[in-house]
Amino acid sequence: MKRIGLFSATALAFLLHGCGSPPDSEQYGPTPDLPNQERGLLPNMKIADPTGWGSDRPTVPQGYTIGAIATDLKVPRQTLVLPNGDILIAEGKGGNDAPKLRPKDIIAGYIKAKGTTSVKGGDRLTLLRDANGDGVYEGRSVFAENLNAPYGLALVNGALYVANQDSLVRFSYRDGQIRASGPPNKVTDLPSAINHHWTKSLAASPDGRFLYVGIGSNSNITERGMAAEVDRAMVWQIDVQTGAHKPFATGLRNPTALAVQPGLGQLWAVANERDELGPNLVSDYLTSVREGGFYGWPYSYWGKNVDTRARPQRPDLVATAIRPDYALGSHVAALGVSFSSPAMGSKFSEGVFVGEHGSWNRSVPVGYKVVFIPFRGGRPTGAPIDFATGFVGADGKTRGRPVGVTVDPRGALIIADDLSNTIWRVTPSGQPPAGPSR
Amino acid sequence: MHAVLLAATIPLFMGALLSDIAYARSEQIQWSNFASWLIVGGIVFCGCTLLWAVVEMFHKDRRVGQAIMYVGLLLATFVIGFVNALIHAKDAWAVMPEGLIVSIIVAALAISATWIGFSSLRAGVTK
Repeated sequence: MKRIGLFSATALAFLLHGCGSPPDSEQYGPTPDLPNQERGLLPNMKIADPTGWGSDRPTVPQGYTIGAIATDLKVPRQTLVLPNGDILIAEGKGGNDAPKLRPKDIIAGYIKAKGTTSVKGGDRLTLLRDANGDGVYEGRSVFAENLNAPYGLALVNGALYVANQDSLVRFSYRDGQIRASGPPNKVTDLPSAINHHWTKSLAASPDGRFLYVGIGSNSNITERGMAAEVDRAMVWQIDVQTGAHKPFATGLRNPTALAVQPGLGQLWAVANERDELGPNLVSDYLTSVREGGFYGWPYSYWGKNVDTRARPQRPDLVATAIRPDYALGSHVAALGVSFSSPAMGSKFSEGVFVGEHGSWNRSVPVGYKVVFIPFRGGRPTGAPIDFATGFVGADGKTRGRPVGVTVDPRGALIIADDLSNTIWRVTPSGQPPAGPSR
Repeated sequence: MHAVLLAATIPLFMGALLSDIAYARSEQIQWSNFASWLIVGGIVFCGCTLLWAVVEMFHKDRRVGQAIMYVGLLLATFVIGFVNALIHAKDAWAVMPEGLIVSIIVAALAISATWIGFSSLRAGVTK
């Protein structure tokens, strides 16, 4: 006990004396710099100042073309490319039931809402179709309605699974269908009390037996109490047949997107790490998810670096904490991940695309772009490459915020933008370009 | 009315201090939530009292030294109380130990301000 006390005292000393911002350091890769924890009286904040795209569009690498294939959506988050090339879009906005417990919750909620769209979430799935393959998605229908903040999508053995903010549901799906044949069946309830981090990400095992659901924590760092964190900050494995679940991996603060590695069948996640430890702590990350693994939250970060804010402390758990594979940078808010394919062009053929929604609690904004993390031998390696940028204009105003990214095996990256309520499609220039907006 | 506002300040800041002590001992977050709201309440009443006291300072021919001391103590309670609110806006155990220390200081200031205030208010009445 005494040793723990001494350790927390040391860490508190860091908290008290860690003032002044260090210069921006290496924030990406397998071994990011971890500066001292710091938090002044007022947290650093820079909220997105939204404006329209006008005639602008995101910037993509030379040899690639970008166009909007759907606009005027109702808060698009994640997308799914169906076998026939149709695109399904989950639209919604959840987390409205989280009670405001402190004066801070009211003030912060008001400020943060300014950086997001004022459109009400659609609670629906929209389907887009490009019938003749010219890159213009002329067909658009509402596939399903009256969902509850749908987010994660997966197609397994002729069934479409949708992760609502409170339940996992199943639609039957036939190729070419443009509207669900009826209301969905519930597979299982998902943890939804409070629902501070409400998004439920979804991926399926290669054999289709299991679904994986990413469930975010109910707080930044347990400030709603430990009881609120039961069944939170973890990835569930759900049996498709029975709906039975078990924790697959724990300690992932907010696993906002999941993807299964083609060929290897390994589950990967992007996760958003904790706030209020300074502008360069703690890095959001991309990691392979090990069964039974504990990734630190709330007791430690980036492996075994103790966070003294979580009480009571658990040195026994910290000792088992796994260091994630690849740091994406602090506060970038990674919300989408998708494995690439050779159809995306040689430079981007092996690796993952990551959608970064962008920071709010950092004086110099980061994120607000889609990056490509190259892989070699099945592991991430090297620096991230910007793939779609320009979401924040030269005027400092924010035009869009990327969320879900999905690779279309025909050779396109689909990007959901939940600020401008647009779906973007990036193609290598040899491909049929996406049509003009709308 | 001035007395009502002034009298409300002590129990609110004292309640915040007691809640902080309870959080420090139990590590149960709800005590910290209580402290946050009690501090906001304390700031509101302390702020109103401060305005009232400043206005009265120019209206009544009270002993100037005591009046300035009273307003000064109220101002200190208000300012440090506000800083305490910011400290309590940190998440979970990050409030500790500064939150507890500053709560002790604010409670002591509130008691001093009220003490001086009531003795001068009484002086005002009996004048």
